[in-house]
Amino acid sequence: MSFFGLDCVRKKEREQERKLRANDREYNLPFRYATNAIKTSKYNFFSFLPLNLFEQFQRIANAYFLFLLVLQVIPQISSLSWFTTVVPLVLVLSVTAAKDATDDINRHRSDNQVNNRKVQVLIDRKLRSEKWMDIQVGDIIKLENNQFVTADLLLLSSSEPLNLVYIETAELDGETNLKVRQALPVTGDLGGDMEKLADFNGEVRCEPPNNRLDRFTGTLTYAGQKYPLDNEKILLRGCTLRNTEWCFGLVLFAGPETKLMQNCGRTTFKRTSIDRLMNVLVLCIFGFLAFMCTILAIGNYFWELHKGTEFTIFLPRPDGNDAAFSAFLTFWSYVIILNTVVPISLYVSVEIIRLGNSFYIEWDRKMYYARNDTPAEARTTTLNEELGQIKYVFSDKTGTLTQNIMTFNKCSINGKSYGDVYDYTGQRLEITEHTETVDFSFNPLADPRFMFHDHALVEAVKLENPEVHAFFRLLALCHTVMAEEKTEGELLYQAQSPDEGALVTAARNFGFVFRSRTPDSISIVEMGKQRSYELLAILDFNNVRKRMSVIVRSPEGKLSLYCKGADTIIYERLHQSCSKLMDVTTEHLNEFAGEGLRTLVLAYKDLDEEYFNQWKQRHHEASTTLEDREDKLDQLYEEIEKDLLLLGATAIEDKLQDGVPQTIEQLSKADIKIWVLTGDKQETAENIGYSCNLLREEMNEVFIISANSLEDVRQELRNARTCMKPAAAENSVFLPERILGKGVKVVADDVVNGEYGLVINGHSLAYALESSVEQEFLNTACMCKAVICCRVTPLQKAQVVELVKKYKQAVTLAIGDGANDVSMIKAAHIGVGISGQEGMQAVLSSDYSFAQFRFLQRLLLVHGRWSYLRMCKFLRYFFYKNFTFTFVHFWYAFFCGFSAQTVYDQWFITLYNLMYTALPVLGMSLFDQDVNDVWSFQHPQLYVPGQLNLYFSKKAFFKCALHSCYSSLVLFFIPYAAMYNTVRDDGKDVADYQSFALLTQTCLLFAVSIQLGFEMSYWTVVNTFFVLGSLAMYFAVTFAMYSDGMFLMLPSAFPFIGTARNSLNQTNVWLTIFLTSILCILPVVTYRFLMVHLCPTINDKVMFKVRQAKAMPPPPPRRARIRRTSSRRSGYAFSHAQGYGDLVTSGRFLRRPAVSRSSGFAHGRPTTGFSPMGRSAGYSPTGRPQNTKTPDVEVTSLQMYRSIRDPAL
Amino acid sequence: MAKTKGKSGPLARRPDNSAFKQQRLPAWSPMLTANTVLPFFYLMALICLLLGVWLLLTVQSTQEMKLDYTEAGACSKCFEKRKNVSNAAQACSCTVVFSTEKAFKGDVFFYYGLRNFHQNLRRYMKSKDDGQMLGRRMNLKNPTSYCEPYARDPNGLPIAPCGAVANSIFNDSFILKYHGAGVAARRVPLLRTGITWYTDKNIKFRNPSTENQTLAEAFEGTTKPPYWRSPVYELDVRDPLNNGFINEDLIVWMREAAFPNFKKLYGVLDRAEEPFTSGLPAGSYSIDISYNFPVQYFRGRKEVVLTTLTWFGGQNHFLPIAYLITSGLIFLLAVVLTVVWWKFGKDGKNMEA
Repeated sequence: MSFFGLDCVRKKEREQERKLRANDREYNLPFRYATNAIKTSKYNFFSFLPLNLFEQFQRIANAYFLFLLVLQVIPQISSLSWFTTVVPLVLVLSVTAAKDATDDINRHRSDNQVNNRKVQVLIDRKLRSEKWMDIQVGDIIKLENNQFVTADLLLLSSSEPLNLVYIETAELDGETNLKVRQALPVTGDLGGDMEKLADFNGEVRCEPPNNRLDRFTGTLTYAGQKYPLDNEKILLRGCTLRNTEWCFGLVLFAGPETKLMQNCGRTTFKRTSIDRLMNVLVLCIFGFLAFMCTILAIGNYFWELHKGTEFTIFLPRPDGNDAAFSAFLTFWSYVIILNTVVPISLYVSVEIIRLGNSFYIEWDRKMYYARNDTPAEARTTTLNEELGQIKYVFSDKTGTLTQNIMTFNKCSINGKSYGDVYDYTGQRLEITEHTETVDFSFNPLADPRFMFHDHALVEAVKLENPEVHAFFRLLALCHTVMAEEKTEGELLYQAQSPDEGALVTAARNFGFVFRSRTPDSISIVEMGKQRSYELLAILDFNNVRKRMSVIVRSPEGKLSLYCKGADTIIYERLHQSCSKLMDVTTEHLNEFAGEGLRTLVLAYKDLDEEYFNQWKQRHHEASTTLEDREDKLDQLYEEIEKDLLLLGATAIEDKLQDGVPQTIEQLSKADIKIWVLTGDKQETAENIGYSCNLLREEMNEVFIISANSLEDVRQELRNARTCMKPAAAENSVFLPERILGKGVKVVADDVVNGEYGLVINGHSLAYALESSVEQEFLNTACMCKAVICCRVTPLQKAQVVELVKKYKQAVTLAIGDGANDVSMIKAAHIGVGISGQEGMQAVLSSDYSFAQFRFLQRLLLVHGRWSYLRMCKFLRYFFYKNFTFTFVHFWYAFFCGFSAQTVYDQWFITLYNLMYTALPVLGMSLFDQDVNDVWSFQHPQLYVPGQLNLYFSKKAFFKCALHSCYSSLVLFFIPYAAMYNTVRDDGKDVADYQSFALLTQTCLLFAVSIQLGFEMSYWTVVNTFFVLGSLAMYFAVTFAMYSDGMFLMLPSAFPFIGTARNSLNQTNVWLTIFLTSILCILPVVTYRFLMVHLCPTINDKVMFKVRQAKAMPPPPPRRARIRRTSSRRSGYAFSHAQGYGDLVTSGRFLRRPAVSRSSGFAHGRPTTGFSPMGRSAGYSPTGRPQNTKTPDVEVTSLQMYRSIRDPAL
Repeated sequence: MAKTKGKSGPLARRPDNSAFKQQRLPAWSPMLTANTVLPFFYLMALICLLLGVWLLLTVQSTQEMKLDYTEAGACSKCFEKRKNVSNAAQACSCTVVFSTEKAFKGDVFFYYGLRNFHQNLRRYMKSKDDGQMLGRRMNLKNPTSYCEPYARDPNGLPIAPCGAVANSIFNDSFILKYHGAGVAARRVPLLRTGITWYTDKNIKFRNPSTENQTLAEAFEGTTKPPYWRSPVYELDVRDPLNNGFINEDLIVWMREAAFPNFKKLYGVLDRAEEPFTSGLPAGSYSIDISYNFPVQYFRGRKEVVLTTLTWFGGQNHFLPIAYLITSGLIFLLAVVLTVVWWKFGKDGKNMEA
């Protein structure tokens, strides 16, 4: 255990090659490989104080105050007592240290949690349950299904045939499909035999630890034989075992040396733009401070030269001090006095405000998702105000915008549309949770979660309408789904795309139950009758064909081809006899597309035995040729898939998360641009774009960029630009060259008339992101209202975000739920994770997390806006109050011979920022709101000032400084003139230094308190208490410190004895305070009033409205989903990948013998307490009851290959 | 950060529905509307006007006489004499005369004033020892190093009171004489005590405890500041109780002025006897000045001020005039704002969001 966490220092020399022997800890020990314990915490008990202090003093502000402290102990320079700096500094350091300590304790806790996970290890020929941290290199461990892989393992054997294991690598690379790993046959033979495994003494030589996830080289020496090892035999830490009962693995890399940990780069420290601006300002202030001090030092030089010399008779100079040296000392003395322009409390207060606003986010009930008990979480507390400045939102699609639940919603069979519910007047009804669902009890094999609302379809099935039967038979036959039946009647479908799952499930419920398949047969239960179809061929799906077909022979011996695919493609291949039906179906398809449904067209044809045999012959030949196999197969497919007979069309809803369209509409009203970055296919993405209101039919044009070369992409982008803004196209020709020479330049937004959308494909995006085109891409994309990038890789997601960050001076937010969004979440200024779903990767790397996409609008439009507003108000006011405070010293210098005499009492200087003004300003920055949340939603435009940095900028800062300058002039010269040669009403002194100090500081406190009152637009009881309390506290503390007792205790620390009593009972003192207060606020009120009336901001306008309404705004009108019946586009979308047809026919996945299906299906299925989500849970990726969390099994989302789990399992 | 509460059940982590946590605290949202701002402005203008007038009348009722005696008349010879440090020990006195046309009614206060004397220099102000002046034995014998170079004399004896402030005490003294009509010159009685803050006289400044000793014995082992003529226990020869650190002239001097031009109270007219029972009668006066304090080194001026006071203090015209000007300013702004509101804001047309 390292004591000071500096174990990196004494790291042994780099490992060249790793050598290890299985089951031999003694052999492996001398190499000192890392154990499986991980450590992400920074400190331990002893190292905390020195390390933390060291880190804290690396911050410029803290170092600066340390430097001041050093200056203050030099007696010649010290113009302020040391306590004025020590008190705040200690306070700041301890608050920060406390925060760091709690953070680190949390890290310790999570480390412990991971380190203490249990896994079975083979020790002394027996399996023992051990903690993860005790695993060592060379151990053999047993993993079970759904367990996390403990360390980087060499796969030895598994429960599955051919020693296969299935793993999910989402946490590593973000790819969500299952991957297959296969053990060496020689180790696979060990099987699960404990004895054999314990005797296994293979030696592995492999590469040293590295972070390449896709590569592994090594050799295994076992029984005198050498075997090469590659990545296919390695299980990496962070993966999850799936669909595999158990497997054994040999630990190669453990703990910090695993590829996962090697890949955990330090998360970059995110800072807000206000932070950056503040840093610039603080530097400017330092410059300004130096400037003021220089002026004063020069002043001191001349004063000493002329007057000081004359005054030496009363105040001799210490030996050797001449005017120049005195000026030098004065410079530093003034550095100390004027240091309050950058008060240390600024940083503390900023942190407190951010923390407070983070708590508000976590406390918000309206961002709490009751269904899975997930409140919003602010995982970072330093970015809040940036939430009010978002300009670009990058969103993932699946799981973020959509629930990733496909429901079979509608269909059109033989020219009749099913799926809508009409009332008795023939009016179409909106389908809600309360709409009556169809009863599928006639079918014992029906999936209870499937819902359908149109009774007509069931009636048609029951009436044995032949087209309807054919329709569902097609759905039950033409797919690549696999069924698992663990117990009788409980079907578990494994589909590679959720669309297919939904279709097959629909067929299942309507009485055409897909039961099982072998490589050459498909068993279905048709209306209760068991039938087995001979599967003759699968004409697989691909992106060009956009269709798939199966050729089957029915039990009666009839040969048929069933085909489903995109409407455009199928329509070309239909027999002309269907033309009438085509027209009707087209109408239905348009209707479906208009509703944002994903459509597929179904068709079939009966085949002639002779023709098919001949075709099959050719097919066999083609599939065995070596050259042009694809082309030849395509031709063959083309040949047989023609003259099809149209059956109908299906419409599947990719269920959106609740409130997505409304949220997107709100955000776009707030001038936030939304880019959807999805791994899905173009059609799917486009479809979702329409259904969630991102793309609209009314848009002038939606450009699609899908070119395959650099030049073509450039040309397509350019065409799009020309189309949007003819004038802009010309200069774009020169644009890239001009800018490339100059390095990075911020690109301004182009203003475009009309609304445009842009859809860009993954391969085009790869070109568009190249440096020569990226500007073109960015310009074009930013001219569009909506941008959808499809088929993007996780890396590309990050690249797109980086691109926008690079050229646009805009704040970006990325929102996603999956591991593939991690890169983008980390890259964006703010990352938001959707929590409560599967997989925690996105949440863990995010800055904020909540359960539903729709909470984003509340996060941005309410919390973000308020945070930004509050932070800006805080900064403006804070700089004002400190500048005012400090400038008074500057004016006084001209009267006290530039001798660095302070205007105020030292205690006042110490406590001004800590006590007298801290709470009121904090109160404002924690409670202030211009208008409440309801109005914020009502007027999303209120968000725009944040994007434009209107509330706090260099200009605003400069205004603050000017304002303070004015205030400080008033605050110094009015008391000066009022007290000049004045005496008390009994003739005694009141113009002495101490009384003047008291008067000025009282004036100052009143002035800044009243100013605060004008800044505040939301006076709660707490604010009032803080403001009045602070003033009361000022008087209490002042009187206490100027009291006899304090003086007698420490005469030199409290020399102001009696000043308060003797001075504050004077009328003219109070009249002076009154006058300064009036003069300080007068210009503010006038200016504000004029601004409100002459050029009101959006805030003024809305606040005015609120005043007029005096109550809550009317609830926003419930917008019924607009149904568009005419559509120009195809609703085809099918998230399917190529190649599964081969898998199905090859039998590789058919690993479990199907349950014997001899017995009937009479018994009903067990009912569960599961209540489906929403309207339909016909297809749920997490087919498990909500809220019951099985501790160790964390299901991760699978996009490519999903299993439909039955809740009863 | 979300705290795990003791709750369990399906909604265990639901945030509390408190007004504070949901940011729904009842609040008052003020806004600068014409209804509030304009009346406020007019009201303020009126208040300032009334205050200004009232203050002006008050200030006008006071009477003040200033006399710069630095080089006035006979004093110019003393002025010349003080130019040379070697003459510091020699006494020099002079007389200045003046007359008042109006009687000073009520209490009359006698001040001395200095111009261009920087009592507010940081090193100067620090050059004293509050502990010593509090009569603490420890500090009496061991003055703080801030008093350097006036902490100890060349023999190493501690100086009491130490430091530059005490050392530079204003040491002119004045005798005010009244030359009434037909009457011989008559000394105007001045109260030389009761001119300090109560807290200074009784708490901040104390003599070392005497315990059956004389004050001189209490100060034994200390020496006088170099510029002083007499030790601190012999500052007031007439009033033995006004000696040591509680000598009122010393206390007044030790209350450093905030600005280089200041005046300090020297005495208050003792209205016990005629003809001064109701103040200073009109007529001619003379002041016999024991001219000790050198000002030519720092190009300073010395003056005496005679003034009467009101509840408002001395004769300072700044506040009344400032109030009057402010009143005018507010009124002007109020009119401008009214016009603007009338023209642009009345119908709320540009307030439409």
